[in-house]
Amino acid sequence: MRITYRDKQYETKPNITARDAIKKIGLNPEAVLVVVNGKLVTDDVVLREGDEVKLVAVVSGG
Amino acid sequence: MRCRKCGERAVINMRHHKLALCGEHYVEWFAAQTERAIEKYAMFSREERVLVAVSGGKDSLALWDVLLRLGYQADGLYIALGINAPIPYSDVSLEKAQKFVANGNWRVTKEDALPAPRPTLHVVDIAATYGKTIPEIARAKMRGQGRPCAACGLTKRYVMNRLALEQGYAVLATGHNLDDEIAVLFQNTLHWQMGYLARQAPVLPASREGLVKKVKPLCRFYERETATYALVRGIDYIYDECPHATGNLTNFYKTLLNQLETESPGAKLSFYLEFLRARDEGAFEAFNRTEELHACEVCGQPTSAPGRCAFCRMWDVSR
Repeated sequence: MRITYRDKQYETKPNITARDAIKKIGLNPEAVLVVVNGKLVTDDVVLREGDEVKLVAVVSGG
Repeated sequence: MRCRKCGERAVINMRHHKLALCGEHYVEWFAAQTERAIEKYAMFSREERVLVAVSGGKDSLALWDVLLRLGYQADGLYIALGINAPIPYSDVSLEKAQKFVANGNWRVTKEDALPAPRPTLHVVDIAATYGKTIPEIARAKMRGQGRPCAACGLTKRYVMNRLALEQGYAVLATGHNLDDEIAVLFQNTLHWQMGYLARQAPVLPASREGLVKKVKPLCRFYERETATYALVRGIDYIYDECPHATGNLTNFYKTLLNQLETESPGAKLSFYLEFLRARDEGAFEAFNRTEELHACEVCGQPTSAPGRCAFCRMWDVSR
């Protein structure tokens, strides 16, 4: 399953929570928001094969 | 996870508040919490004009949006810094700020609400006004050493203060969130910078002539909460960080503090609120020195040393 974060693509297996997927790709769940199929969701959502998953960094601007 | 208020699917789970909310109830909660902070710290009233420092990022646009929706008289100030390499950061962030005003989504849509007047976006172009962009002045003054952040910070503080006073605003509001505040707090605590600790607060009063009152209405929100508000409200903000901020110490401290928060939910909030409590109880009072200020001989703005202020020295402004 493909996850997009800051214009980069990451691959994880499906049927895990977004929180676990975030940790697996080396990010901190506190530092990102999860958008699945265009909708903002909490990170306990289980990601399924075919979901379009985007992580939004909460740090921005400057 | 479900919204505690209505049972719909939640968009955010705030573990430190043990509270999950859907989009609609989150926006309501965010506005109520903002109002509460404004009142608790006596930041400003609905009769006063507020100038919001707008960067085009999530925090400042979220702040402007929520203030307008709460019925405050809030205008924006965007400072065009000329940071356009390696990405067109300044140009894109200005577009975001202009788009925010133009699309009118900040209007309250309740039928009984009075139609809100269109807010003003003041734009100060640094290169057009002072002859150089921020990267150019930093290169000229620092011989290419280090980041331009010091030159940028000095310039922004000066321009914000000056425009707020000249245009008659009662208060300057910035979009600092709790993560911003505790990153600074952590740094100042690591080095026991007691003077800085004494001056860190949600409100910096206009204690001297020539200094505008500064307030941080979002200082008790986590960064993920302001980002969530911006996304739920459909605010189009710049996702990129300033290219000069990448890898800086503040972001490193934010990363450390988020690791702490992951293991111990509420640690960040507690760190900040307990600091404010200690401050209110006078823990840093002895270090809150009142420096003698002088009027800059060129621009008249307050400065700690006689002669030209740091801004006029850096920009080589003379009479």
